[in-house]
Amino acid sequence: MSNAAQPTAKPDERIKEISAFRKALIRPELGGIVGTVAVFTFFLLFAFDSGMFNSQGIMNWSVVSAQFMIIAVGACLLMIAGEFDLSVGSMIGFAGMMIAIFSVTYGLPVWLAIIMTFVLCVAIGGLNGWIVIRTGLPSFIVTLAFLFILRGFTIFLPQVIERKTIIGGINDVAEGDWLAPVFGGKILGNVFTWLGDAGLIATFERGTKQGQPVVDGIPMLIVWAIILIIFGHVLLTKTKFGNWIFAAGGDAEAARNSGVPVNRVKILMFMFTAFCATVFAVCQVMEFGSAGADRGLLKEFEAIIAVVIGGALLTGGYGSVLGAALGALIFGVVQQGLFFAGVESSLFRVFLGVILLGAVILNTYIRRIITGER
Amino acid sequence: MSLLELDNITKSFGAIHALSKVSLTIQPGEAVGLMGDNGAGKSTLMKIIAGNFMPSSGEIRIENKPVAFHKPIDARNAGIEIVYQDLALCDNLTAGANVFLGRELKRKFGPISMLDYPAMYKRAGELFAELKSETRPRDLVRQMSGGQRQAVAIARTRLSDPKLVLMDEPTAAISVRQVAEVLALIKRLKETGHAVVLVSHRMPDVFDVCDRVAVLRRGTKVADKPIKETSPEEVTGLIIGAIEAA
Repeated sequence: MSNAAQPTAKPDERIKEISAFRKALIRPELGGIVGTVAVFTFFLLFAFDSGMFNSQGIMNWSVVSAQFMIIAVGACLLMIAGEFDLSVGSMIGFAGMMIAIFSVTYGLPVWLAIIMTFVLCVAIGGLNGWIVIRTGLPSFIVTLAFLFILRGFTIFLPQVIERKTIIGGINDVAEGDWLAPVFGGKILGNVFTWLGDAGLIATFERGTKQGQPVVDGIPMLIVWAIILIIFGHVLLTKTKFGNWIFAAGGDAEAARNSGVPVNRVKILMFMFTAFCATVFAVCQVMEFGSAGADRGLLKEFEAIIAVVIGGALLTGGYGSVLGAALGALIFGVVQQGLFFAGVESSLFRVFLGVILLGAVILNTYIRRIITGER
Repeated sequence: MSLLELDNITKSFGAIHALSKVSLTIQPGEAVGLMGDNGAGKSTLMKIIAGNFMPSSGEIRIENKPVAFHKPIDARNAGIEIVYQDLALCDNLTAGANVFLGRELKRKFGPISMLDYPAMYKRAGELFAELKSETRPRDLVRQMSGGQRQAVAIARTRLSDPKLVLMDEPTAAISVRQVAEVLALIKRLKETGHAVVLVSHRMPDVFDVCDRVAVLRRGTKVADKPIKETSPEEVTGLIIGAIEAA
């Protein structure tokens, strides 16, 4: 290079110094953090005595939030990669129904039914992605088609096979199965028994469960939510593949020119979204002991709402798994909290709409600070 | 032995013939200027060499071996780096991430390999400094000026030791000082045995650094001669068609 000796690390006087505090504050998850604090403050003030914050109450909204988190992680990564999946809700219904049909109707072992359902649903997710990539159609349209197709099969198949729309008896066939407790079981039961004996959490005072703690363990649903959040967060922020997810959603053509296998990234994200939906479905089926044709209705929108509250950009290339998890937490706490606070349940939608709007406005403001968009 | 040989390359997009029977040979350590009016087929030819398009007919040979590039990564693996005219950067990533996109540096933690951000930002900063650019590796590309984006795109080609660097209008959006740096870079590439193809509308740049100039007009090559044997006036005439061929 030329010999014009010039200090390379010369500070630029035109750059405003940003304090470390401000830098730490301005991150994609900020909207989710603010929302979470606001929602908890609200319910601590107005519903503290309602039982929402005793051990049972906490378990109640934690489970609901964990459900949202499981599907939000998949939707979040897919959205950052620049695509949507509107078939998540139908996939949940379909996956649950397939487990019931495989295990109850056809008498296959439950573990085999679960594995077959995972393979089938992840393959359908891959098909979604393959069609989107091959045709170049918006994923909005392709997955909307699958929303109807999968829901249709979920209603049609049990009617043809069992002449009903709900298949029960899954708990009976799952008795003693090795894989079913991974989705339907609970962990740390001993800890809760100890907590109950020590008087730290409430115990049943009479009846057959007298002396046992009212909360008898952490449901595997919550464990799955935590595992998926950690997996998604590490994948997105620490690995090469995460970098490719951002690149694919930011500018697919530029990413291709740089040697990023954009098609593979996107199809894998469709498959991961389907995987998350199936985890949700299996946990739900094991909890209820039945599969219904109407399970998972509107879940695709709830997942997308949680992700957007969490700061992700609908058009892709920007977002955070931790933010999406906080969005899911807000969603779950508001839904259950209003019930505890005794608010008329139809007002839930009003609250949800207000929160969604407020969060998106806040997130847009934060994003402009981060990315320098106008 | 020629580094790159294009043999009767033809490319049609539907009814439009973007290139017809273009042949071009590039030697190691040689800088070739590729000139032509808008729509003459310069970028199409670049993108065929870079693996974005497959030619409709004709053959590409690298060091006498026929090759077929199905996607950009194939060309890169064969030792060809390109600075695209539209720069091909991801706006939502940092400058450093863009430089390393597709060949990220990693650190191993047992079976898991994690991105090594500090190393990538450090190396990207060194590359920008080498280009005398004030680009900061941790800034998002969306916030950057044309010159900074150009620096990112050029820095990307410096990661590997390519045989051939294609530059499609690398000096279009940058300052006088940065133009000088890019031209100095091209000369250094030549000295170290790398070949460069420079697409440019700027006659002085081409006459400064190139050994040979090839002129495209309406999809055909109308001239291919050493810089010493031609003049800006002749090349201008060839580009606009006042001179039929040379």
